Amino acid sequence: MAYLELKNIYKTYGNDENATEVLSNINLEIEEGEFVAIVGFTGSGKTTLVNLINGLLEPTKGEVLFKGEPVVGTSHERGVIFQNYSLLPWLTVGQNVYMAVKEAFPKKPKKELNAIVADYVDMVGLTPAINKRPKELSGGMRQRVSVARALSMKPEMIIMDEPLGALDALTRGTLQDEILNIWGKDKRTALLITNDVDEGIYMADRIIPLRPGPNATLGPEFKIDIERPRDKTLMNDNPNYKKTRNAIIEYLMDIGEERKSQASEEFILPDLAPKDFVNQFK
Amino acid sequence: MKQSLTLGKVTKFMGLGFLSSFKDLFTGKLEKEDYKAFLRKVIVPIASVLLFIGLWHLGAKSLYNVEAEFRIEKALNEQGQAAADEMAACIASGDISCQPNTLPSPSQVWASFQSLLKDHALISADKAAFIEKTAALNEKRVAEGKDAIVYTGRPSFVDQIFRSLKTVFAGFFLALLIAVPLGIFIGLSPTLKSAFNWFIQIFKPVSPVVWYLLVFMIVKTLLIDSSEDSSFSISFIAVGLCSMWATLVNTSMGVSSVDKDYINVAKVLKLGNFQKVFKVVLPSSLPLIFTGLKITLSVAWMVLIAIELLAQSPGLGLFVWEEFQNGANDSNAKIIVAMFVIGIIGFLLDRLMLAIQNWVSFEKTDAI
Ligand SMILES: Nc1ncnc2c1ncn2[C@@H]1O[C@H](COP(=O)(O)OP(=O)(O)OP(=O)(O)O)[C@@H](O)[C@H]1O
Ligand SMILES: [Mg+2]
Repeated sequence: MAYLELKNIYKTYGNDENATEVLSNINLEIEEGEFVAIVGFTGSGKTTLVNLINGLLEPTKGEVLFKGEPVVGTSHERGVIFQNYSLLPWLTVGQNVYMAVKEAFPKKPKKELNAIVADYVDMVGLTPAINKRPKELSGGMRQRVSVARALSMKPEMIIMDEPLGALDALTRGTLQDEILNIWGKDKRTALLITNDVDEGIYMADRIIPLRPGPNATLGPEFKIDIERPRDKTLMNDNPNYKKTRNAIIEYLMDIGEERKSQASEEFILPDLAPKDFVNQFK
Repeated sequence: MKQSLTLGKVTKFMGLGFLSSFKDLFTGKLEKEDYKAFLRKVIVPIASVLLFIGLWHLGAKSLYNVEAEFRIEKALNEQGQAAADEMAACIASGDISCQPNTLPSPSQVWASFQSLLKDHALISADKAAFIEKTAALNEKRVAEGKDAIVYTGRPSFVDQIFRSLKTVFAGFFLALLIAVPLGIFIGLSPTLKSAFNWFIQIFKPVSPVVWYLLVFMIVKTLLIDSSEDSSFSISFIAVGLCSMWATLVNTSMGVSSVDKDYINVAKVLKLGNFQKVFKVVLPSSLPLIFTGLKITLSVAWMVLIAIELLAQSPGLGLFVWEEFQNGANDSNAKIIVAMFVIGIIGFLLDRLMLAIQNWVSFEKTDAI
């Protein structure tokens, strides 16, 4: 029995004429302690998939099993890093994290909770901004608060929806290592949504592409056979790395081409030009 | 979070930011490009006020002339040339008995304003003297278990203002106590929403006069045994009921339209219902609740005048009505004074709400 299991998942938004089936026939198994990355184009349904797993959404058809039990609603065992940060704007950085820590460890004394908050805020490098409100932070800083909030709850499984998208390469590298560190320490399970193939290869055991929607399904998985701890500079010379990377990119380019050709068949642009533009040639 | 409170900050907070331009002017801190802003923010408003007073003066003068000519004409037609000459002389002499009764000029209004202040000083002195005189007697009466003698003289204009403020705040708090909790419940529960929707839609547009009559019917019966004057209770309850709708609608809208992201956070953190309401739903709807409260306070102040007048409850509304009935030669000027006082207090109340709103909420709202 897998740790997390998605069985024939279908997800439709809307009903009757407006219904669009975003996800079709999704099957996925993640073992305990595994690190799985899902790559996909924008709008293909990655966030939808994440919300099905963390319990914010229910599948239209199919089953999500977590440790053998069907997922009903959210749980502290599955921590989420939201794509859009979802910080509460009336709370400071510290208060946003504190709220999560307090819910996760209701029995701990306040002093200990504050220490945890300080730890995680420090980990994402935001100690100087701990008393600031989200509005006063840059997009990348907000994203880091969101990371700190999710990890501070010490969830068994970490679900990350493009958690590092807004960061520069350097900060991104640091946080990737922090996440790997936390994942590796007590052998937690991780699901990472990303649009960066290199990030997926550096962090994950397996990469699974999500084909473009509607009716998005998972593509064939790519195993990353590179020993941990991985080193970014050494990895470049690893023949395994090059082979896997090329295979994934080729696959993604293929489905990208497919999508483009489909699109050009579907949409015939009307023969229109702005008036002024046409008049120029008269 | 510590903030030093400087004059600039306070004025900005209150939406009175233009005052700081004055300070800069006197401290010589104006830069070249600031002059344009200074011109726009200070000179233009002052110029427009002067223009307004000028137009008012001219308008009042021409109305005065129309009325004066009419009186002379009438005297001529009814009583002949001698009476007309007498009337013209009387008007020119400024005799009170024959002054045209029309829109007062700015200077007349200013004079009335000063006489109202003088009147207040007189009444206050009278009251203080009365209290001093009866102090010993009252002590004795209280010791004997009798009621103390209270001052029952005529209230001054300033007393009326405070009386009105008391009524409006009582009404405002009544509205707040009813509308905010009810709005929260309606916003949280779609069932309650459909239960109350017809009620809100039907009663929201009802006029203040009708609310007054309704409250009068009920309160009169409820207080049937008591000999106390119920006009204050009736007027503040009516004010509250008229003005609470904006808060009710805004609160329920704010509560029911909390950003889905915040709700998702509450779900992922597994906040309990109580926590969810107090830590997520309420803070996020605070800006809308305050917008509602701001409207409520300004509506309360606006309907107060009409309701005081109907309820014969002392205050600015009754003052205006009595002056109108009174028809003394400076009554019109006093009514205009009251108009300005009502307007200025309304403006200040609005700024007060804005300051409180900026203080409690995370989204800063600029003064309009
Ligand atoms: N609540 C909703 N109601 C209707 N349609 C929705 C809803 N949420 C998402 N969709 C649609 O489902 C599809 C997938 O959305 P989703 O947010 O899962 O994409 P994504 O892969 O996360 O995209 P991105 O990379 O831009 O974050 C989109 O076409 C979107 O329009
Ligand atoms: Mg997404």
